[in-house]
Amino acid sequence: MAVGGGKIKSIGAAQSPLLGFAMFSPALLYIGLLIGAPFVLAVFYAFSDARIGGGEMHYVGLENFRSILQSPSFRKALENSIIFTICAQIIVMVCANILSIALEKPFRGRGLVRFLILLPWVAPVSLGTIGWKWILDSIYSVITWVLVWLHIVKPYSGPYWLGEAKLAMASVILVHCWRLIPFSTVILLAGRTAIPKEIPEAAAIDGAGFWRTTFQINLPIMTPILSVAVLFGTIFTFTDMTVVYILTAGGPYDSTQTLPSLAFATGIQGSDLAAGAAISLFLVPVLIAIAYLMLRVAHRSEVI
Amino acid sequence: MKRKLSHKIVHVAVLAFFVVLLAFPFYWMVIATFKENLDLYNVQNNPFLFHIKPTMANLNLLFGETRFLRWLWNTALVGVLVVIITLLLSIPAAYALARLTGRWGERLGIGIFLTYLVPPTLLFIPLSRVIAVLGLQDTIWSLVLVYPSVTIPFSIWLLMGFFKSIPKELEDAAMVDGLTRFGAFLKMVVPISLSGILTVVIFTFTLVTQEFVYALTFISPESNQMVGVGIPIFLVRGDVYYWGSLMAACLIASLPVAFIYNLFLDRFIAGFTVGAVKG
Repeated sequence: MAVGGGKIKSIGAAQSPLLGFAMFSPALLYIGLLIGAPFVLAVFYAFSDARIGGGEMHYVGLENFRSILQSPSFRKALENSIIFTICAQIIVMVCANILSIALEKPFRGRGLVRFLILLPWVAPVSLGTIGWKWILDSIYSVITWVLVWLHIVKPYSGPYWLGEAKLAMASVILVHCWRLIPFSTVILLAGRTAIPKEIPEAAAIDGAGFWRTTFQINLPIMTPILSVAVLFGTIFTFTDMTVVYILTAGGPYDSTQTLPSLAFATGIQGSDLAAGAAISLFLVPVLIAIAYLMLRVAHRSEVI
Repeated sequence: MKRKLSHKIVHVAVLAFFVVLLAFPFYWMVIATFKENLDLYNVQNNPFLFHIKPTMANLNLLFGETRFLRWLWNTALVGVLVVIITLLLSIPAAYALARLTGRWGERLGIGIFLTYLVPPTLLFIPLSRVIAVLGLQDTIWSLVLVYPSVTIPFSIWLLMGFFKSIPKELEDAAMVDGLTRFGAFLKMVVPISLSGILTVVIFTFTLVTQEFVYALTFISPESNQMVGVGIPIFLVRGDVYYWGSLMAACLIASLPVAFIYNLFLDRFIAGFTVGAVKG
């Protein structure tokens, strides 16, 4: 046994770097070619005058950045991206915390409730959003119908949910929240079930009530998991184009345009690759910040 | 006792509020699917009730006169191909990372996870040119090529966790029995990781059905579209929305995906939480 053990150990310790490299490199190459290279290309475009169907590319320095920074649609898009992201995260965090508390203890029908609550996250985004487009229709909106029925608004003078700037912005935020609440709820639920039961119990014996337990014990323990939910939520909202594109296509008059939707409108629909690439590069600082924070969260919880 | 009852009422009220808010659009799709147009487009009628008997007309229109089935087929085909590519590339890579001990293995693993955070909206402009140069524009092959770049990083991350939980002694024993290291990986590690591999299959397939930006950018002909883009973009004729058929299509395409994803949810969440939960 002792001899055998020694032999096994020696084989296990014999690392095979060559095999490891051979197994890892195809994936690395794929990621490099389809994520790394296009990113570099995007940076090149942003400093050029590339257009779809255009001939040669020329280096134009910071010209693209100068012109987009002066354009009102860009400023509006940047502002919207930030507003949508922050509003959605705040609402989602409040709702997801409440919902995860309500879902924590087992009750009859919990499986069905969980399935229904998860639908917005698991169904394809574009299809859920088109469902909202019908709910928020200018004439046949069910919300308008209920408001008329309750005599809050007059018939035929209902609000144009997606046709007025402020309402359209609120609608986009609503759909983002609708989609993100399930995701954040299940993440928080995972964090909640990981709280050792003894801690809240001990607190209850010491006389801590529901609010005290929630705010002074559970929330601090859950900080890492809350950060993960917020960081992912931020990425999903800040870089999303689907919801805006389907719901309002950036309208009315660019009032709901975001960085990704403006990049699409400029770079693809408007054939101005250079300006489109420059606009989408404005996502990068936020992504870097999130990556950094994500690493810190992982580091703090001692997994790395 | 009184306190308990009020607790219960609050609990039920909270759940009811969120279930209604979150599931309502899907309930509303069901209603629209079976409504006659005359009933659907009448603001006088209570929209919650059927004033004319439920109809199959919207479904007939959807299956008979649109490309809906073709889009479903395209989506399934791209899904299967992307799953295969993802598995072929991510299983070996995840194994290599899981067994590559020391700082470098961890750093590479984290690096891979971070590439998952790179969104399609950052890369779709340069990739659209790459696709055009390769001559793949307007074909589903463009998506077969690009989607694995979205699915591989997260899949490697998920599988890495799985492989790490397999004791090294298992492979050592297999190697003592005469298998090579790669043979031990194929014959011992892969079979016991089947549930992890299945998780990756489901994750990849659902991601293919959910993706919108690349499909919208790379493909313009109606018949080559995926469901996620075909329904919202091409089920509209001119400015006319066929809401009944549109909602039917959304429902039919969403529910199976939602159902399968739900079954595997806990595993995806474990991947998302980056180990912030020690469970």
